[in-house]
Amino acid sequence: MASVSTSQFKPGLKILLDGAPCVILENEFVKPGKGQAFNRVKYRNLLTGNVLERTFKSGETVELADVLEKEMEYLYTDGEFWFFMDPETFEQVQADQTATRDAAKWLKEGMVCTLVLWNGQPISVVPPNSVELKVVETTPGVKGDTATGGTKPAKLETGAVVKVPLFIEEGEVIKVDTRTGEYLGRAGS
Amino acid sequence: MNTSVAPAASLLKARADLLASLRAFLNQRGVLEVETPLLWPTAIPESYIELFVVQAGDRTAFLQPSPELFLKKLLAQGVGDLFQLSKVFRRGEAGRWHNPEFTLLEWYRVGWELEAFIAEVVELIRSVLGDASAFGSSRSDVPVDSFRYGDLFEEILDLPPQAPLDAFSEKVRALGVPEAEKLCRSRSDWLDFLFATFIQPKLPEGIVVVKDYPAELSALARLKSEEIAARFEVFVSRIELANGYHELNDSRLLRKRLEAAREEKRRRGEVVPPLDEEFLRLTDRLPDCCGVALGVDRLLALKLGRDSIREVMTFPWPLESSS
Repeated sequence: MASVSTSQFKPGLKILLDGAPCVILENEFVKPGKGQAFNRVKYRNLLTGNVLERTFKSGETVELADVLEKEMEYLYTDGEFWFFMDPETFEQVQADQTATRDAAKWLKEGMVCTLVLWNGQPISVVPPNSVELKVVETTPGVKGDTATGGTKPAKLETGAVVKVPLFIEEGEVIKVDTRTGEYLGRAGS
Repeated sequence: MNTSVAPAASLLKARADLLASLRAFLNQRGVLEVETPLLWPTAIPESYIELFVVQAGDRTAFLQPSPELFLKKLLAQGVGDLFQLSKVFRRGEAGRWHNPEFTLLEWYRVGWELEAFIAEVVELIRSVLGDASAFGSSRSDVPVDSFRYGDLFEEILDLPPQAPLDAFSEKVRALGVPEAEKLCRSRSDWLDFLFATFIQPKLPEGIVVVKDYPAELSALARLKSEEIAARFEVFVSRIELANGYHELNDSRLLRKRLEAAREEKRRRGEVVPPLDEEFLRLTDRLPDCCGVALGVDRLLALKLGRDSIREVMTFPWPLESSS
């Protein structure tokens, strides 16, 4: 891929550092009055998720990373890979366990997720912020008990286990925040 | 942030007021304002200041990175205390606190001791920044701290500025910035990097004077001892605001230092300005004096509590194109 110099650095730019695709979070031009200039860069390694800092000599060049984000539809999993399809081109990709990470427990067939692709390969799967899933297993609901605010665990159709209010029954579809794992309400609410 | 929309009327007024008050401060103290060329066929060579080169017909000329060349020629001719408040140009410098074109205030006092001169610089900054509430203090005057360069190194890095370069390598590895070993070649590279990276962020709020810079970092200053030069800087809220010296008036020593700077620029493939022989000749006639250069845009940004000089300039350099 093409190269960029530090003068083109800006937040959001995807570059290759030590062979890994990284996204620039912050870029500061630093130059003491009589000294040489450098760029202090904060970035996230897109493979490990770690946020790191590095100082570059001003004018230094780095390679751009071929990283892009794509909305893709989840198809199925064979336990080792999770398969997604581009709804427009019908092109399929497979994401491994590292890329899918915590997203796996929210995935239901047909769900549209954001995939981060590096050289065409998925390195990260981001589910929608909230999903609606059916409760397949939980202790019986206590009717009328809306006042106590207590919670109980509920297993969802995808395997995820979340805390729900005591009145939720098996078979109900609930809305969950995928970022926090929190119950948001009944589906459609 | 890229914008071609001028800042609000209040910002324009604040800048106009600042320029007027800087002039008034120096006028009242008998310092004469002068105007000298911004474009000239020579320039003082400095290792890490890149010049804008202008083709003037078949002659090559340079946009001046500071008015020093001319102000010193005037001083050598007996003009006395003087100042210039004008734009200067430094290629390749753009960011929150840098713009390739910016406003510099530079003034000189003949026959003054360095300490007295530093006090005047602090007084000017204080007169602009007013009370200390901007620094979270209830004092009626902005707090001033003073440190020696070497003491800061000892206290924050546990190393003296004269430590062997290996010690610096070890230190940056221990502090998680191993890439500094690629960036820093000479001792002056190391000192500047270490100061900017580890010391500057730890300076207290308010006005901070740093004195007794190492000789390696002070090409245009006279020496106090073999290792220490008569150079000082003033930081405000950890931003480098002013740089001053008890000026060197030994032309032989100056020539050596300027030739070294030219050689470094040549090595890097940069355009090397010719040495101004008249400047070197007049250096021997330069009266005993102190001088300082102060970034006016930074001063304004600090006064208004802004995060960047770009916010206080009418048209900051557009960042998409290269300079």
